[in-house]
Amino acid sequence: MNLTRRVLLSAPAALLLPTPTRADQQRLAAALQEFTGGAALREGRVRIEISPLVENGNAVPISVSVEAPMTAADHVRRIGVFNERNPQPNVITAQFSPRSGRAYVATHIRLATSQALVAVAEMSDGSFWSQRVEVVVTLAACIEG
Amino acid sequence: MARVLLRVPTTAEKGSVIEIRALIQHVMETGYRPNAQGVVQARDIIWHFTCRYDGEVVFSAALSPAIAANPFIAFTTIATESGPISFTWEGDNGFAQTETRHITVT
Repeated sequence: MNLTRRVLLSAPAALLLPTPTRADQQRLAAALQEFTGGAALREGRVRIEISPLVENGNAVPISVSVEAPMTAADHVRRIGVFNERNPQPNVITAQFSPRSGRAYVATHIRLATSQALVAVAEMSDGSFWSQRVEVVVTLAACIEG
Repeated sequence: MARVLLRVPTTAEKGSVIEIRALIQHVMETGYRPNAQGVVQARDIIWHFTCRYDGEVVFSAALSPAIAANPFIAFTTIATESGPISFTWEGDNGFAQTETRHITVT
């Protein structure tokens, strides 16, 4: 009896949460692996700014910034943004240099459905940092018709 | 020629970090979308963006079909000296466009 009630109450919440398949997760992991070249990926330093609840997946503003002094000795080389459930895992890969001043990039992206986004930064010392966010999309982008 | 909206400061203090915003008119057709006849439309996207400051590349980005139509990119750079800042977009079907703005650094 108690179990049924719990299941019923949790059903609407489960509908909103993204439910990635195993294939999606593997594809995302493969894309991250390609970006890092197999190096260890640590959480932190990267900040993704995106609305957690997106009404229109056709153009979603997103910005990624990384805490880094951006000097010749310590700067961000690349920032990659990846998604879990669009037809392709890559979103954008940006190249930086000490002349960038700040490790910051902003753009507008398409989201096919509610899913996770991962931003990865490659530092000049060869370390990789990342952040992952979950985004709920109410109107999907017409990526697959 | 596609329409371009660029936001580049015309003057800046030497050594300051300036923000540049660039937007170009483009469909960014994903290559996954069927048209009214049910035929999947061929991919037509801008796949690369480069910003050169006085001839030197200061920012570049590889774009994918997950970038929204009329791709918008904002980034920063350090105002080093007066000179031209050029923006190049390259895409499918031989798409290539370059725009240039001038910055005066004091």
